[in-house]
Amino acid sequence: MSDKEPGPELELALLSGRLWGELAGEPGIAAAVEYDLKGGLVVASSAEGLVALEGLADGQRAVGVEAVAVGAGQLHDIEPKLAKGLAGGVLYPQDAQVMPTLAAAHVVRLARAAGASLRTGCAVTEVLRTGAGAVRGVRTSEGEIHAPAVVNAAGTWGGELAALAGTSLPVLPRRGFVLVTEPLPPRTVRHKVYAADYVADVASDSAALQTSPVVEGTAAGPVLIGASRERVGFDRSFSLPVARALAAGATRLFPFLEGVRAMRGYLGFRPYMPDHLPAIGPDARVPGLFHACGHEGAGIGLATGTGHLIAQVLTGKTSDPDLDLDLDLSPFRPDRFPEEGL
Amino acid sequence: MAEGPHLAVVGAGPAGLAAALAAAARGVRVTLVDSAAEAGGQFYRQPAAALGARRPQALHHQWRTWERLRDGLTAHVARGRITHLSDHHVWFVEGQSDGFTVHALRGPEQEQSVAVRADAVLLATGGYEKVLPFPGWTLPGVVTAGGAQAMLKGGLVLPGRTAVVAGTGPLLMPVAVGLAAAGAGVAALVESAGARDFAGHARTLAAHPAKLAEGARYAAELARHRVRIKAHHTVVAAHGSNRVEAVTVAALDGDGRVWPGTERRIACDTLAVGHGMLPHTDLAEALGCRLDGPGVAVDDEQRTDVPGVWAAGETTGIGGAVLSLAEGRIAGLSIAARLNSRTPEAGSYEAAVKARTGLREFFAVLDTVYAPPAHWTEQVADDTVVCRCEEVPASAIREAAGELGAGDVRTVKLLTRAGMGWCQGRMCGPAVAGLAGCEFQPSRRPFARPVPLGVLAGTDFDRHHTDSTDSTDSTEEGSS
Repeated sequence: MSDKEPGPELELALLSGRLWGELAGEPGIAAAVEYDLKGGLVVASSAEGLVALEGLADGQRAVGVEAVAVGAGQLHDIEPKLAKGLAGGVLYPQDAQVMPTLAAAHVVRLARAAGASLRTGCAVTEVLRTGAGAVRGVRTSEGEIHAPAVVNAAGTWGGELAALAGTSLPVLPRRGFVLVTEPLPPRTVRHKVYAADYVADVASDSAALQTSPVVEGTAAGPVLIGASRERVGFDRSFSLPVARALAAGATRLFPFLEGVRAMRGYLGFRPYMPDHLPAIGPDARVPGLFHACGHEGAGIGLATGTGHLIAQVLTGKTSDPDLDLDLDLSPFRPDRFPEEGL
Repeated sequence: MAEGPHLAVVGAGPAGLAAALAAAARGVRVTLVDSAAEAGGQFYRQPAAALGARRPQALHHQWRTWERLRDGLTAHVARGRITHLSDHHVWFVEGQSDGFTVHALRGPEQEQSVAVRADAVLLATGGYEKVLPFPGWTLPGVVTAGGAQAMLKGGLVLPGRTAVVAGTGPLLMPVAVGLAAAGAGVAALVESAGARDFAGHARTLAAHPAKLAEGARYAAELARHRVRIKAHHTVVAAHGSNRVEAVTVAALDGDGRVWPGTERRIACDTLAVGHGMLPHTDLAEALGCRLDGPGVAVDDEQRTDVPGVWAAGETTGIGGAVLSLAEGRIAGLSIAARLNSRTPEAGSYEAAVKARTGLREFFAVLDTVYAPPAHWTEQVADDTVVCRCEEVPASAIREAAGELGAGDVRTVKLLTRAGMGWCQGRMCGPAVAGLAGCEFQPSRRPFARPVPLGVLAGTDFDRHHTDSTDSTDSTEEGSS
């Protein structure tokens, strides 16, 4: 919630946050996926930064986000180990955390219990279409699967799947590194804490390296340190300069981290879209093709809302033509980009 | 400071030493970076001087080779051709447009980092022990075979009074002999390979009479100490409340399963166990070097596929000290030639190349002969802890691979935290892969050891943050 400016993505985030809360309410799920409604804390280091942050918070409040101003004097009451001398911050109590792999595994488990089947190690090699151009299934490395609807949820590789279906989607990889520390006692870092300039980095179109500190604890103890953004294709080599920049940013926010060891680091490729909005919904160019990808770094958070809306669209097709969706999908239209815009 | 190209050698075991001496003798300035207090590596591990050991060579063979390496190092250090940074723990090797920077934490606190600039790097980081789990393997008194050997060589400490040595691999016999010679009762040597496993390889083995003689010497020593050798057997479980008091061993059937009814209990207070070795490849992988199986891929000159990076010894594949010496010498000669824009002279290391060819062939055979029992996972109980750092039991790994549908080691790790702890899966990696039914792949570890964020950030660990975020670790060139 906290890192999104008012607009369609924030509305999707509000819907998704509510759905994550409902999912976490199912027996056993909250603990299994390490769901934690821990809240996000955005801090500003300067008076000007704080003014900009409060302006953003005002806009977010207007659309239903809870945002609580925190004065410089109270910052250490809610986040004791923060650096001294910060100008102030805003607390977002609706920000939640899950462990992504566990969340995915348990959602898959629930889906299988409801009758879905999962095939892993099975690559789609072709999207099958009728003479009229409508989707009729996929060909995979293990045979054909026939269906009148295909959902492209291929994340950073969503553009490749769109190409297999004879259309286009401008998904580009935006590389990010995360450092993982040795385990620390519970609640050493209580919220997801980040500097106000993170919001500007997320919204940036630049291909060059940007880093702004994001620090959050995990249920298992290690603290995660992000976030870097750079568009360098699918380059998997580890970059020491990026790791250094992340460590510098994190120790500026939390000086005690200087004596804490980084155990490991990992990198990933966010699915970047030119206008920072995901592609969600039917593709008017290819009947039967639906997209659910391009969420950049927010894919886990926005997964519940995205899945919910796709399900509404898909079931509406057969049972309720006067469908009333929970969210207007037009800003997420997959065919909103010019064909040459790649 | 001397002129000329500068080589950084990571690891002062047989491969690193041989390379450093060969390169230094040909005009290359060498900085030898190693985590131990003394050069020698695991093979030539030295007792601390303070212990005043009178005959450390009693625990070593090839003592004269070691004396030659040690004296060569001393001479080159005295002449300023080699700088030996002992007790330096390399956490990252950074490739740059104009060379390399080796980053090392100064031990034992490992809170400050030094940077060594070099034109070329030789990775001679050796190997580490593979140990597979069984019920009771986390009890105090259960040590790795290599750990027992290190205690013998380094501290001259007898790990216990009655030991069982178990697992598989060529390391078990010298460990059992070492323990017996040091005065421990060795109740049994339990080896899962059997005579039949060797039968198909008689010709390759016969081509290495020196190696066979070495094995025969160990066997004679074991007989002299009345150590029972139980071939084609395995440890089923270790027992004890506060520490190991006994182990159950059993025979294996033709398929590598425990043969029901053959279980025997053997009383002991120490169990030294090992299932072979794996190459250390973290630094190579972070540099982008290609691997070939578990080891770093190298060409005939021991060059990796990253220009300026060589690798020698067990980081390229497990093969013992003599092979490491040969590979190190070849690498050192290649580096000396290449850094001066020359091709190494074909004749200059003919003998080393011949030794390398034969020994690689020999150890490839050993690698197939010495294998853990094919069905070792059947002996692992659901409540057996597999990842000790994160305390992950076998049941969690089985659940991840079963109900949660994980199909590869990385997903199992993310679902269970197995391999995410302090040792970063070095101990449990092969066990997790085996239990999950996945292929073992060395996991990528960008940092070869944990590094303080203050070091990464470029601020001093114990001082408060300053505005400088530049790299500020102090620079130690290979000067004298």
